[in-house]
Amino acid sequence: MIVAKNIHKSFDQLKVLQGIDLQVKEQEVVVVIGPSGSGKSTFLRCLNLLEEPSDGEITIDGMNVTAKNADINKIRQNVGMVFQRFNLFPHKTAIENITMAPMKVRKLSEQEAQKVARDLLAKVGLQDKENAYPDQLSGGQQQRVAIARALAMKPKVMLFDEPTSALDPEMVGEVLSVMKDLARDGMTMVVVTHEMGFAREVGDRVLFMDEGRVIEEGTPEQIFGNPQNERTRAFLNKIL
Amino acid sequence: MELFKILQIWQAALPVLLVGLKITVQLTVIAVLFGSIIGLFVALAKLSNYKLLRYPAIIYIEFFRGSPLLVQLFLFYFGLPQLLGHPVDRFMAAAFVLSLNCGAYIAEIFRAGIQSIERGQMEAARSLGMTHAQAMRHVILPQAFKRVIPPLGNEFIIMLKDTSLVSVIGLADMARTGQLIIANTYRALEIWFLVAIIYIIMTVMISEFFVNRMERRLKAGDRS
Ligand SMILES: Nc1ncnc2c1ncn2[C@@H]1O[C@H](COP(=O)(O)OP(=O)(O)OP(=O)(O)O)[C@@H](O)[C@H]1O
Ligand SMILES: [Mg+2]
Repeated sequence: MIVAKNIHKSFDQLKVLQGIDLQVKEQEVVVVIGPSGSGKSTFLRCLNLLEEPSDGEITIDGMNVTAKNADINKIRQNVGMVFQRFNLFPHKTAIENITMAPMKVRKLSEQEAQKVARDLLAKVGLQDKENAYPDQLSGGQQQRVAIARALAMKPKVMLFDEPTSALDPEMVGEVLSVMKDLARDGMTMVVVTHEMGFAREVGDRVLFMDEGRVIEEGTPEQIFGNPQNERTRAFLNKIL
Repeated sequence: MELFKILQIWQAALPVLLVGLKITVQLTVIAVLFGSIIGLFVALAKLSNYKLLRYPAIIYIEFFRGSPLLVQLFLFYFGLPQLLGHPVDRFMAAAFVLSLNCGAYIAEIFRAGIQSIERGQMEAARSLGMTHAQAMRHVILPQAFKRVIPPLGNEFIIMLKDTSLVSVIGLADMARTGQLIIANTYRALEIWFLVAIIYIIMTVMISEFFVNRMERRLKAGDRS
């Protein structure tokens, strides 16, 4: 589903990504961990071209993302993204947040888009909040709306960049549980998170990144139970 | 009685002043309307990645913000005919210059408003497959408009007052009319005071009806 080869990214002199390779199969859930500044967000953002890789090649669902003539907007419709800070549109209600892109991009009618949106709001447990504005929702609720908003475009892949790290602890669970449902429904996911419980429960593979490289890769059991690399061990010791 | 005399002077002057006020209001409405439209597009041009859009926008803004309105009026009213070979209409010249001048300031207001919207908003919209233009139109601009209402209202008030400069090209706006009345009556204190009061009433109206009401109405929609 996703093939990324030798991805490099520099900001001026700063080399943030130095040759990342990743293959994600359909329905696979890949968890990315690593210290702050290791390039996790940058890598994720390269996958939907919010950042343009300096070098390397990315293919998603057979479409070459990094090709010069790539139709970015078309590709992005297939790649949902959930941000650390939710980034809901504050001037729109929950349901309007969800219907906007399907109506403007997929050209659904308002009724069709609303039907999709209501189904998704029910799925994330917020059917009674459709007319609430983002600032009337808690962080956890906002993030669930943001997930529903991404899903409304019927993406083939979902990218999550630390979706729970801006949340109060008591709201982390509700968001993770939505993500677990999604994984069980067979969504292909790349998730940057330090929620080890989530990684163990639904992660097929864990990547440990440091200084712009993938240092170690394996099943959650291998990485958390028996890490081989010294840096992985040091990092896990710090966060566990 | 002194007060009675003042009122008499005012009563005589008011109908004449209102004729000038009409010019003032017309010029202000035109400048603010066209200035807003120009300002929006120039702001978008200045924020564009294309140099062909960005540089003309920068030059336009710097020209109209960097030179005095007085000089701009002279330039277009007295200078332009030299180029065209025929004189230009005073009112047209004034409306043209005021619109362009207003547009330059409003462009900077819009630019700042657009840039004040968090980067994550554009990224979220683009990540959903929306084009840059769609994201601007449906996500960024509605939020930016709300933020620029106070500075925009302020600019409208400045514009109203700046129209008084058109007297230099011989247009009888309210300030110029006041001057003419004084030339006949020698009542400088009473007339200038009345002129000032009429300006103040209008600026208060702009800030009350336009700024406060608009702000309240937009805030009712969402509370962010
Ligand atoms: N737009 C940018 N311009 C310049 N430098 C950037 C930019 N975006 C990221 N960086 C730098 O790239 C490096 C990697 O950042 P990135 O956000 O990918 O790290 P991360 O692994 O996601 O960290 P965190 O866990 O803190 O989110 C950092 O040093 C950061 O300062
Ligand atoms: Mg990050």
